[in-house]
Amino acid sequence: MKHPETAITDGNEAVARVAYRLSETVAIYPITPSSPMAEWCDEWAAQGKPNLWGVIPTIAEMQSEGGAAGAVHGALLTGSLATTFTASQGLLLMIPNMYKIAGELMPFVMHVTARTLASHALSIFGDHQDVMACRQTGFALLASNSVQETQDMATIAHLATLESRIPFLHFFDGFRTSHEVNSYVQITNAELEALVDEELIRAHRQRALTPDRPMLRGTAQNPDVFFQARESCNRYYDACPDIVQETMRRFKQVTGRAYELFEYVGHKEPESVIIAMGSGVETIEETVHWLNATGAKVGVLKIRLFRPWSLKHFVAALPRSVRSIAVLDRTKEPGTLGDPLYLEVRAAIDEARQDGLLPDSFAPKIIGGRYGLSSKEFTPSMVRAVYNELANPKAKTHFTVGINDDVTRLSIPWDASFDIERADIKRAVFFGLGSDGTVGANKNSIKIIGDETDFYAQAYFVYDSKKSGSVTISHLRFGPDPIKAPYLIYNAQFVACHQFTLLEKHDVLDCAMPGGVFLLNSIYPADRVWNHIPREVQAQIIEKKLRFYVIDAYEVAKQTGMGGRINTIMQTCFFAISGVLPRDEAIAAIKKAIEKTYGRKGESVVKKNWEAVDGTLANLYEVAVPALAESEYVRPPVVMGDAPDFVQRITAMMMANKGESLPVSAFPVDGTFPTDTARWEKRNIAIEIPVWDASICIQCNKCVLVCPHAAIRAKFYPENLVATAPETFKSTPFKAREFPGTRFTIQVAPEDCTGCELCVAVCPAKDKKQPNHKAINMAPQEPLRIPERANYDFFLKLPDPDRLSLEDNVKGTQFRQPLFEYSGACAGCGETPYIKLLTQLFGDRVVIANATGCSSIYGGNLPTTPYAKNPDGRGPAWANSLFEDNAEFGFGMRMSLDNLRDNAIHLLQGFASELGDDLVKAIVTANQGTESGVHDQRARVALVREKLAGNTSLKARKLRELADYLVKKSVWIIGGDGWSYDIGFGGLDHVLASGRDVNVLVLDTGVYSNTGGQQSKATPMGALAKFAAAGKGLPKKDLGMLMSLYGHIYVAQVAMGAKDSQTVQALIEADSYEGPSLVIAYSHCIAHGYNMNFGLEQQKLAVNTGFWPLYRFDPRRGSAEESPMKLDSAAPKAPLNTFTDNEARFKMLAHSDPERAKLLATASQEYVKKHYALFEQMATKPVTSVPATTSNTASTPA
Amino acid sequence: MDLSTSYLGFKLPHPFIVGASPMIYKLDLVKRLEDAGAAAIVMHSLFEEQIQHHQSGIEKHILSHENSYAEATSYFPQAQAFHLGPDDYLAQVAKLKQTVNIPVIASLNGINEGTWVEWAKLIEQAGADALELNLYFLPRSDEEPAGVIEQRCYQIVRMIKQFVTIPVAVKLSPYFTSLPHFARRLETAGADALVLFNRFFQPDINIEELETVSHLELSNSSDLLLRLRWLAVLHGRMRLNLAVTGGVHTAQDAIKSVMAGADAVQMVSALLQRGPSYLTEIRKHFETWMEEHEYTSLEQMKGSMSYLHAPNPELLGRANYMRILQSWKV
Repeated sequence: MKHPETAITDGNEAVARVAYRLSETVAIYPITPSSPMAEWCDEWAAQGKPNLWGVIPTIAEMQSEGGAAGAVHGALLTGSLATTFTASQGLLLMIPNMYKIAGELMPFVMHVTARTLASHALSIFGDHQDVMACRQTGFALLASNSVQETQDMATIAHLATLESRIPFLHFFDGFRTSHEVNSYVQITNAELEALVDEELIRAHRQRALTPDRPMLRGTAQNPDVFFQARESCNRYYDACPDIVQETMRRFKQVTGRAYELFEYVGHKEPESVIIAMGSGVETIEETVHWLNATGAKVGVLKIRLFRPWSLKHFVAALPRSVRSIAVLDRTKEPGTLGDPLYLEVRAAIDEARQDGLLPDSFAPKIIGGRYGLSSKEFTPSMVRAVYNELANPKAKTHFTVGINDDVTRLSIPWDASFDIERADIKRAVFFGLGSDGTVGANKNSIKIIGDETDFYAQAYFVYDSKKSGSVTISHLRFGPDPIKAPYLIYNAQFVACHQFTLLEKHDVLDCAMPGGVFLLNSIYPADRVWNHIPREVQAQIIEKKLRFYVIDAYEVAKQTGMGGRINTIMQTCFFAISGVLPRDEAIAAIKKAIEKTYGRKGESVVKKNWEAVDGTLANLYEVAVPALAESEYVRPPVVMGDAPDFVQRITAMMMANKGESLPVSAFPVDGTFPTDTARWEKRNIAIEIPVWDASICIQCNKCVLVCPHAAIRAKFYPENLVATAPETFKSTPFKAREFPGTRFTIQVAPEDCTGCELCVAVCPAKDKKQPNHKAINMAPQEPLRIPERANYDFFLKLPDPDRLSLEDNVKGTQFRQPLFEYSGACAGCGETPYIKLLTQLFGDRVVIANATGCSSIYGGNLPTTPYAKNPDGRGPAWANSLFEDNAEFGFGMRMSLDNLRDNAIHLLQGFASELGDDLVKAIVTANQGTESGVHDQRARVALVREKLAGNTSLKARKLRELADYLVKKSVWIIGGDGWSYDIGFGGLDHVLASGRDVNVLVLDTGVYSNTGGQQSKATPMGALAKFAAAGKGLPKKDLGMLMSLYGHIYVAQVAMGAKDSQTVQALIEADSYEGPSLVIAYSHCIAHGYNMNFGLEQQKLAVNTGFWPLYRFDPRRGSAEESPMKLDSAAPKAPLNTFTDNEARFKMLAHSDPERAKLLATASQEYVKKHYALFEQMATKPVTSVPATTSNTASTPA
Repeated sequence: MDLSTSYLGFKLPHPFIVGASPMIYKLDLVKRLEDAGAAAIVMHSLFEEQIQHHQSGIEKHILSHENSYAEATSYFPQAQAFHLGPDDYLAQVAKLKQTVNIPVIASLNGINEGTWVEWAKLIEQAGADALELNLYFLPRSDEEPAGVIEQRCYQIVRMIKQFVTIPVAVKLSPYFTSLPHFARRLETAGADALVLFNRFFQPDINIEELETVSHLELSNSSDLLLRLRWLAVLHGRMRLNLAVTGGVHTAQDAIKSVMAGADAVQMVSALLQRGPSYLTEIRKHFETWMEEHEYTSLEQMKGSMSYLHAPNPELLGRANYMRILQSWKV
């Protein structure tokens, strides 16, 4: 029987439940994968849930992790029990305060989801790089290896810190443990009360900084005393391990669960031992049991308390029989003798021998291995490979496991077919799309099984890096005992594919166990499906003797009123045929769960779901599997044959979900990747795509402008070219007098469109007879895919019009090639149209510094990038540094580019006689603020090259190398509101104040969108967001207004959906202004909670209600007669609620706290009115005090 | 002057009650309406369709984004809790009961039979004094015969009457082929009153944008004529009460309604336009008129101009304008 307190959650929730109950103040900041812990705390506080002492903890989001660390430091010093949660770069930002907190012996626990650090690339996944970067801070480092342990070690940390006065960093593996859902025994309030020593809390309070007992902390010390004073803390560190061990003993007394600082598991007299910490230990432990059962003599030494390192406890736990030791580090320190745990163990054994704690004869072979960086899989087969290596007389002293290092040959081989999965554990793998609810349904299934049966359950979910059409793979295990298997499933008795098209792209059945069950969601019935599946899949079904079932889930969903949601249906199939539970029992459990979830929403909702369950059972069929795989349909190649070599060899592997098999040699050594790759990734995710009706079209190009994915394009071209067009290619005379003899086409990229319908929404042209028919209408993609693919290919090959002939307006810009295309952003994204427009305007000359966030993910997450090249090979050059430093990063680029230009000018002037004074002068004084200005400069530079072609002097060579810097390079600094309003604000302020010619584009969604919608200072009043679960109580910070007060900064606030012409104008003005520019772009987002089809409509309402005034503050305009501020939108025409009532972020508060919602709505309305009046005043009263600078020279540091 | 009337089993001091409107969400306004003398207040409807819509919106536009991307497995705190059920409405029933002493009549518009019954029970439990069933929906199907629709309405009323003990009024549309017959059936089903008539959402057309647009049109006195006719036709034939709603803006409108047979007069648009104090004003005018015309009680006036009692009932029975000789009338 399971323990009555058994719960099933992920590691983050398990930790948050403890941290919340044992804390009084919590300073938070979002960072993956730790954010959910902070989100839970904020939600519980909003719900009024008390901590262990009956008080609601005070929760505050800070502007950065550095801020959060500062806040907890202050809270601790004044006697509070404080906590925080973080990971990766966030943890790095806390390091300065960590030294302080430790130096002041503050009892404190921070919970860290251990995550990779950004180096050659960012990674959100798990390893110990961040934690290991803190091992010198004076914090205790306590590791937990499983969901159960996260809760237990969190508790132990909170208890031990009070007694030891050493602050604790409690860590567990990001994603693998933080996001794994598993059964565990919860700790009750009564148990916590029994464990907490109130006397220790009193002692902490006694040490608090208070004017009632004044004292001084944080002195500055001199050479005379600092050293001695620093040594005064030693005895606390000496005592800490015993305190932790004693706490673990008391913990066992109360809960029955036993832990040790160093815990050996395995053969009594092992020959080989692995030493490790983190989730990998669970895998090693299970493998050890398996290997020992086959006669091996192996074991594992788990390290829980890494700091302070206790030699005494380590030696006590280390078996004396051991002949060889492998120390596994989940981190990398380039250039070191060995990674940190390895070095620690080596030093410990050596020192123990020297001190006589170990006999001189104890001299095992010690090797160090690196594994699992960025959540790289660590499986039993890899564990066995390590033991094999230990047994090898020629073992590598330093090795890696889990990759193929064909460059430095560090990796050791492993046998991927080795498997220790228990027969009594049911394993199921589900392939689905994010949008089809597969993961949600699986979370629900394991709750049902975990809560309603005696089974233990485990679930782990793998997502791809796209935000639209993303593929999810769910790995579920169920069994009679607690499940310790922190790795993916490679041998599933049940495999489900919830989307037919995934069979084409993924090797879905690779993980299917022979004799297992395969479930496919298919529009083809059981008697016809066979010939529609790829031959490769047929072969696997036959070879593995799989039982094959089909259901037409979308049809069942349609019939039972479930719309497009197939989650309940596929979940029912799983319960019906997987054999996890007896069928009837399983179906009853689902129905019960449905009633529990929807019971209060009215009979219709419950009935609809129940009908879906019944409809599923009636439509689930087993397929009679033929003996031969003879489908004519074989999986198409991942990319087309004309793709570049790099794309074929490397990108395509990642796209096919086979990146794991790429060796070290496949990769650039410094993280440099080619651009122009998204076009090879034909994702085919739209169910419906737009179809153009030329007869109605007014040729306004608005559809092209708003498309977030550059998947609908316009071109005009000489009419004779249409002669060779494919049969279904559409074309109509171009309505433009200045271009006679040309035709016009709006063309859809059928395989790149996401089906968001923004183009349809924006289309102003309606059929008079039938106004529900526009010039753009949606139609099913499948039948159009092949013909439109040919049409699109033909369209792309048509010549682009001469850029110089195009006007700088909405229509003209949309004939220019977008150099940002087919990104993985959400369908209907409100950000990407701005970036796309930017690349249409300046893409051939732009360097982009991109803050971490949504735009860096859809911009630069492998396998592909949407940044593209024009036919000349020019295009945006893009880089992401960090989250907090983006303005400075872009500023550095500007400094560098300016200096390279100065170098070129210097060299150029040296060749004045050869080149002619006129040419040199023309180049140096060129006005490059316009398209033609840049064009002319390129021609001059080409002439320079031509004239110097024969000159072999060093200076001439240098000038040829640098000449391109004579052509304008625009620096655009792009990021979201989390960066610009919060974490990067200090830097942004400084960079804009510097006067340098940088351009900043803020994609303002009003939340930290990429991490799941946490509030930023851009979040509007009255909106509910994560970290503002009680509703944001203050208005959005007005970044534009603040920056315009400097006077020398070009500032524009734009909303493409409200006034696209103003957006175009603002970007052009910002780029042409030879000083700093800031463009703040209203970006609708899925985190606002409404149908993204209405994104542009909502932008209009945001402007019409005065929520988002449009303006351009141009210092070039500043004079006694004319204000630099120009308002581009009229006074509020409609009440604010006509905008806010359409979005769930505002409506949710009315639901959860109607009184507060009303209060905030009134205050917001008032604010909007006053705020607009302020803008109006600025716009009508010329500001004469503005410094009359329009050049960056004025601000060059003296 | 005895203005008292009986409606849904309540002895009301006069016939003026506040009809279904969102005014009930402002408790201070409700209090002012009571102070202005409202004899009872009807809540606006708890709509199953709205809740269903809301649910599918959450599924499509909030939940479908969840669990799609590793860094953001959700985008809202407690999105799951944002499933609007009837709870908010039920809480409002309770709040109104705490705020006022006059009868609170809740209103319900369901889709499924089960929901009608289930929510009617919940409304009763929440403390409502009576229930007004907003029974109409727009029949768009050309395959469903009128009889089937009437039978379903009948069934809903019958079921609800079996499960709740509070009085039940049925708010109708004028679009029934044989309204008197249907009214009779509703009476057999157990309805305690009929409310004539619902004014539906009436979308408009934007001729520039070629869009159908939503449009809130308040009633005016000309809307009353349709109601007067049917009050007059139905009055005196059945034991159930009749209430008028839609078009009462002046004391004269109210007098006509009572004369045609209304036991209660519901007002919304006039109060939205002129504020709660208008209720006091109109009641005074009503009373003054009665005094001036030497009526002694409301009962005396009630139904006096109905089909049964009007001196020229043939006009009430005629469907078309006819040119016939005055003397050939009878």
